[in-house]
Amino acid sequence: MDFIVTILEQGLIYGILALGLLITYKILDFPDLTVDGSFPLGAAVSAALITRGINPYLTLLASFGAGVLAGICTGLIHVKGKVRDLLSGIIMMTALWTLNLRIAGTSNVPLFSKETIFKNEFLSTHVPQSLSPYITLLVTLLLTVIAKCLLDWYLGTQSGYLLCAAGDNPVLVTSLAKDQGIVKILGLAIANGLVSLAGCIFCQEERVFEISMGTGAMVIGLASVIIGTSLFRNLSFLKTTTAVIIGSIIYKACVAVAIRNFEPRDMKLITAVLFLAVLIISIERKRKVKGNA
Amino acid sequence: MLELRNIEKYYNPGTVNEMCLFHGFNLKVEKGEFVSVVGSNGSGKTSMLNIICGSIPIDRGQILLDGKDITKEKEFRRNRRIGRVYQNPALGTCPAMTILENMSLADNKGSVYGLRRGTNKARTEYYRELLGQLGLGLEDKMDVKVGSLSGGQRQAMALLMSTMTPIEFLILDEHTAALDPKTAELIMQLTDKLVKEKKLTTIMVTHNLRYAVEYGNRLLMMHQGQAVLDLKREEKQDMKVDDILAKFNEISIECGN
Repeated sequence: MDFIVTILEQGLIYGILALGLLITYKILDFPDLTVDGSFPLGAAVSAALITRGINPYLTLLASFGAGVLAGICTGLIHVKGKVRDLLSGIIMMTALWTLNLRIAGTSNVPLFSKETIFKNEFLSTHVPQSLSPYITLLVTLLLTVIAKCLLDWYLGTQSGYLLCAAGDNPVLVTSLAKDQGIVKILGLAIANGLVSLAGCIFCQEERVFEISMGTGAMVIGLASVIIGTSLFRNLSFLKTTTAVIIGSIIYKACVAVAIRNFEPRDMKLITAVLFLAVLIISIERKRKVKGNA
Repeated sequence: MLELRNIEKYYNPGTVNEMCLFHGFNLKVEKGEFVSVVGSNGSGKTSMLNIICGSIPIDRGQILLDGKDITKEKEFRRNRRIGRVYQNPALGTCPAMTILENMSLADNKGSVYGLRRGTNKARTEYYRELLGQLGLGLEDKMDVKVGSLSGGQRQAMALLMSTMTPIEFLILDEHTAALDPKTAELIMQLTDKLVKEKKLTTIMVTHNLRYAVEYGNRLLMMHQGQAVLDLKREEKQDMKVDDILAKFNEISIECGN
């Protein structure tokens, strides 16, 4: 049971990360490597604030804001500096490593004795004893659902429409008398805000900030997006946002099962193999669809 | 009124491949004119449109719109007053979005894309009506993704979308070239109807000499960055496709083709 609860918790947290990558990878078609830096950025901000005694729930907003700033920087480098998309992300990711260390103070900040969004006075007095093993799961579920609903709402607005158009057909955005560069920056800002928010929640769940926790975040997010979108391609009633969150849970489950049978140091290899498998399977499906058409 | 003054445009400047396309090019388009532009490949037709729209920079000269210098204005800003339909039908619509969503996007051109709902339910009937005029059955497919429509259907939508909000100029860049003859005819008739209804000043580049002769009230033939033929109203009315073709051949022979 614990095993499943952990998978769900992590899957949901990384689901928020996947929502961010849904915007950059799927909607904007922008390979955004900033993610590997903005995920720990959220963690660093929340660790720094929590150790200073700030209300843990406020750190959610602060982390989101920090991620938005990181996204704007990547966007400015790409749009105004005319640097290639991949390189803009790499530059920001590299810069954020130092920034994260500066914000957090050290490369490792334990939060075991601190109040977090999962463990605080309010929750321990108001939540019945029988539910206490599931508090983390319930809080992450609530946060993920809120993030998903907000993103769904945004994508349904005029601004959201324009964002979709910017990835789909940038020429149209220009034809609509809008600066496609600004739209791209906006998309990157929201995406990295979500990624950073995921980092903040993850750090509080793990009760520790680790400078290297962002390494591979991009791969996990991408795998979740690809699993989600290709697995549920034919279920039109399921929103893409829901699909990528489920994708993230499936991915975490696969990794967890694999990890049980291997040593922890095999983790990255398993991740790579799983990601490759997902990619090949999703391409296979595309071919089949084409063949039938 | 649109005016191009002493335009100079070089491609690959500073290299051995440097090529001067326009050297002191001038053009005046009066309000309400429908200009058909013909000419061989590389004669500068599309470059001229790109210069007007601001898609490519110029090396010297001025672009004036109603007397105001817009040479430095960014492409997306100029597009507030300009609608443009491209040769490639995919460029005028958003394939991953539905017909309704595409229409809503176009309907909002010129105002802020804010946090209001993307589609306004009250406008749906109006969109349906607009699409109904096309006679392509698109009004019953409002929730179908545009990516699954044919090239002709997409081009019809692109034309509709680019003229939905009040614009002054319509720029048509070989917009029937990628379509089959029957669909091309339909799109041309639709173009003519929209231009007349909305009194748009139009510049249409085409390789179809018949369209160039039949539609519009001014004909421009481009050759090596110059307008070698410029026929207005009455002069144009007397023109036949054969006359244009003869002129076309004449130029080509001079060129040694």
